[in-house]
Amino acid sequence: MKTKLHVLLALAGVTTALAAPQTFDFKDPKGVNNATFKLDAPLEAINGSASGISGAVVFDPDNPAATHGKIVVASESLTVPNAMQRQHMQGAQWLDVAKFPEITFESKELKNVKTSGDTTTADIIGTFTLKGVPKEITVPVKFTYLKDKLGQRVPNQKGDLMVIRAGFSIKRGDFGVNQGQMEDKVSDTIELTLSIAGASPK
Amino acid sequence: MKKRLRVAALLLLVAAVGFWLATGANRGWTKNSVPQRTLDEVTGIEGITYEKHFAPGVDFLGAAGLGAGFLAGLSFLFRNPSNKP
Repeated sequence: MKTKLHVLLALAGVTTALAAPQTFDFKDPKGVNNATFKLDAPLEAINGSASGISGAVVFDPDNPAATHGKIVVASESLTVPNAMQRQHMQGAQWLDVAKFPEITFESKELKNVKTSGDTTTADIIGTFTLKGVPKEITVPVKFTYLKDKLGQRVPNQKGDLMVIRAGFSIKRGDFGVNQGQMEDKVSDTIELTLSIAGASPK
Repeated sequence: MKKRLRVAALLLLVAAVGFWLATGANRGWTKNSVPQRTLDEVTGIEGITYEKHFAPGVDFLGAAGLGAGFLAGLSFLFRNPSNKP
């Protein structure tokens, strides 16, 4: 009887260990993580990207619906191919990066969670903060859990990877970014994508 | 002087158009860098870096046109040389 109890307790311990949520760190030493943005404009759409991405997401492979976390983009890392446009974009009239150094998204809850193999899709409801203005938005997201793949990316390191891909749009006016101004020259709608990988070392 | 200014205007315009054509005839805004994408094979993510590369655009042609127009306009301030004996 005692032996059976010990076996049961041991099994419970192992099961708990296997189901433990993991924290994935999105500060990428390889500098591959990126967010892109696109705004329509006369002559040519404005396309740019940001690489200064950090943050953490807690993910439980056995309970993806409980995923939560925060992703941070350094405003200063936003760039476009034209140097003068970049200077204007980062200036006080637009993003004012000196005063608002971070753009963040913090999750609140997940809906429509669907898991197939190592891929989970969901709609994340959370707070998107741009130029110091927070706003609740819903972002469709795809998580890909890559078990034991950290070693392939970072030599001599064991652990798991988590890839997050998202695509959504916002209106710059909602966040006070040159609100109502120059909409004939720079679209109010900004299309955003996020392609990031986080690591959970063991 | 009048003639020299007009020739200079024409040369400026031709040089600008020639340079624009030689560097790829970019029909968008002038660019100082171009994005380079590299695939991370483990995650499938395309990383984006920027390589310095000057690609004059339509705004460059516009500036050259303004400059040529200024020189040509300046030429009208000079009188035609007199043909009096």
